[in-house]
Amino acid sequence: MNPLATIGRFAIAFLQRIGAVAFFASRAVSHCVRPPFYLRHVGLQMMEIGYYSLPVVGMTALFTGMVLALQSYTGFARFSAEGAVATVVVVSITRELGPVIAGLMVAGRIGASMAAEIGTMRVTEQIDALHTLSTNPMKYLVAPRIIAGAAMLPLLVLVADIIGVFGGYIVGVYKLDFNAGTYLKQTFDYLEVMDVVSGLVKASVFGFIISLMGCYHGYNSDGGAQGVGRATTNAVVSASILILVFNYGITEIFFSGR
Amino acid sequence: MATPKISIRGLKKRFGSKIVLDGVDLDIGVAESVVVIGGSGTGKSVLLKCILGLLEPEDGSIKIDGQEVVGMRGREREAINTKFGMLFQSAALFDSMRVWENVAFGLIAAQKLPKAEAKKIAIEKLGQVGLPPQTGELYPAELSGGMKKRVGLARAIATQPEIIFFDEPTTGLDPIMSDVINDLIVECVHVLGASALSITHDMASCRKIANRVAMLYQGKIIWDGPVAQIDHSNNPFVDQFIHGRAEGPIRMQIPV
Ligand SMILES: Nc1ncnc2c1ncn2[C@@H]1O[C@H](COP(=O)(O)OP(=O)(O)OP(=O)(O)O)[C@@H](O)[C@H]1O
Ligand SMILES: [Mg+2]
Repeated sequence: MNPLATIGRFAIAFLQRIGAVAFFASRAVSHCVRPPFYLRHVGLQMMEIGYYSLPVVGMTALFTGMVLALQSYTGFARFSAEGAVATVVVVSITRELGPVIAGLMVAGRIGASMAAEIGTMRVTEQIDALHTLSTNPMKYLVAPRIIAGAAMLPLLVLVADIIGVFGGYIVGVYKLDFNAGTYLKQTFDYLEVMDVVSGLVKASVFGFIISLMGCYHGYNSDGGAQGVGRATTNAVVSASILILVFNYGITEIFFSGR
Repeated sequence: MATPKISIRGLKKRFGSKIVLDGVDLDIGVAESVVVIGGSGTGKSVLLKCILGLLEPEDGSIKIDGQEVVGMRGREREAINTKFGMLFQSAALFDSMRVWENVAFGLIAAQKLPKAEAKKIAIEKLGQVGLPPQTGELYPAELSGGMKKRVGLARAIATQPEIIFFDEPTTGLDPIMSDVINDLIVECVHVLGASALSITHDMASCRKIANRVAMLYQGKIIWDGPVAQIDHSNNPFVDQFIHGRAEGPIRMQIPV
């Protein structure tokens, strides 16, 4: 076995996959901006992504904020910088942890269900049936999910930001004995608009990635129940990895100059 | 001669190294009902999917009303697809929708009918396939296999398409219901003037609904003629098939 040939084969397969995803994405986006629009479906997906994900995202944000306050307090105590706890909590939540944690949770919840639903429709020929009923499945199934994903994640992250900061506040005030007024003041004094905005931009990109991966893997699934299972796993894994990769990229774009 | 509704020439389709269609030639005239027969797994369903553009053939030509459709994409393809109605072998009902919404889907999507009106037509079509109006409120998961098939049929004919494909319309139905469905298919062709391409293993149904019969064997149409001549085809393959004999030129591949 020639190791170079193996590496080459992998590289080609990898590039092919990227090309296929990019092609799918461009088709999906072009259907998002051309009529007809299935507004009812967009609404339903928004409910599913935004509203029904609230409990999961809220819980994770709450405990993330809490543990963040606790950890930074014990860590900063080593060089008597306890006063920075509130600022550290709010900046980390809005810039990083809010979007990433919400993104990963929603990837597990929504990415999986999209891949399973569309994958099942593929293997039971329901997508073929859509074609024969003069309905473009890219427009009918994929576009509403992409729009809803990119639109709802920022709202979800905004809520996660607030709950996360609140979690930090609870630990700060009730456990670490900060003064409530001082903690709040420190929270908002050093917070910049860009911190929140960058987090929301990330959220929108993550929402797009989650829907795209869910739809792509579902749409291209084959081989019955096993194929749908594979599609579901692939959707969650690839969305999670892409979220972390893009998270780094977007951070680089927003903050590298400063 | 008038342009046929569908004209297929040299159609080839393979999956990997497995050749399924190997140069199919077939014409379907206006208001003509053609039945394709052939062994299980010979590529009958694949043939329908190629015509519908759901599968991309490797080679050959498919003309609908004289217009080449192989390789056609996007808007153009969607426009052509409004001419078709298709009953899938597996029915392929939308399981997230009620039965009546399934039947009304094409009416709402393609003909932009208001919901109430589409529902009325859907209930009427359900009646034609022998399903009571209450069935309309059920979900596909709550139906029996034969009922699903009939809903699929109602969905295929609801928009009164010019060309209708029936993939095994009577499989899974009792003999009486089969005959009701046969009558309905005949009515679609004779009264509504649709062109029909059906697949069936049910020779009684074939004799009733077909104007013309074509037999697919090893990727080619090996015999094609009026239904009245099917018993005098002088083709040993056709003879063996319509009489359902295990002995003959067609050898089922059964590993010994
Ligand atoms: N998507 C696919 N991928 C790979 N092979 C396929 C695919 N679809 C069909 N085939 C193969 O093509 C051949 C023809 O399949 P098709 O479904 O057309 O058979 P058929 O003539 O309709 O049979 P039946 O009467 O049992 O429905 C089969 O051997 C099948 O294995
Ligand atoms: Mg078949």
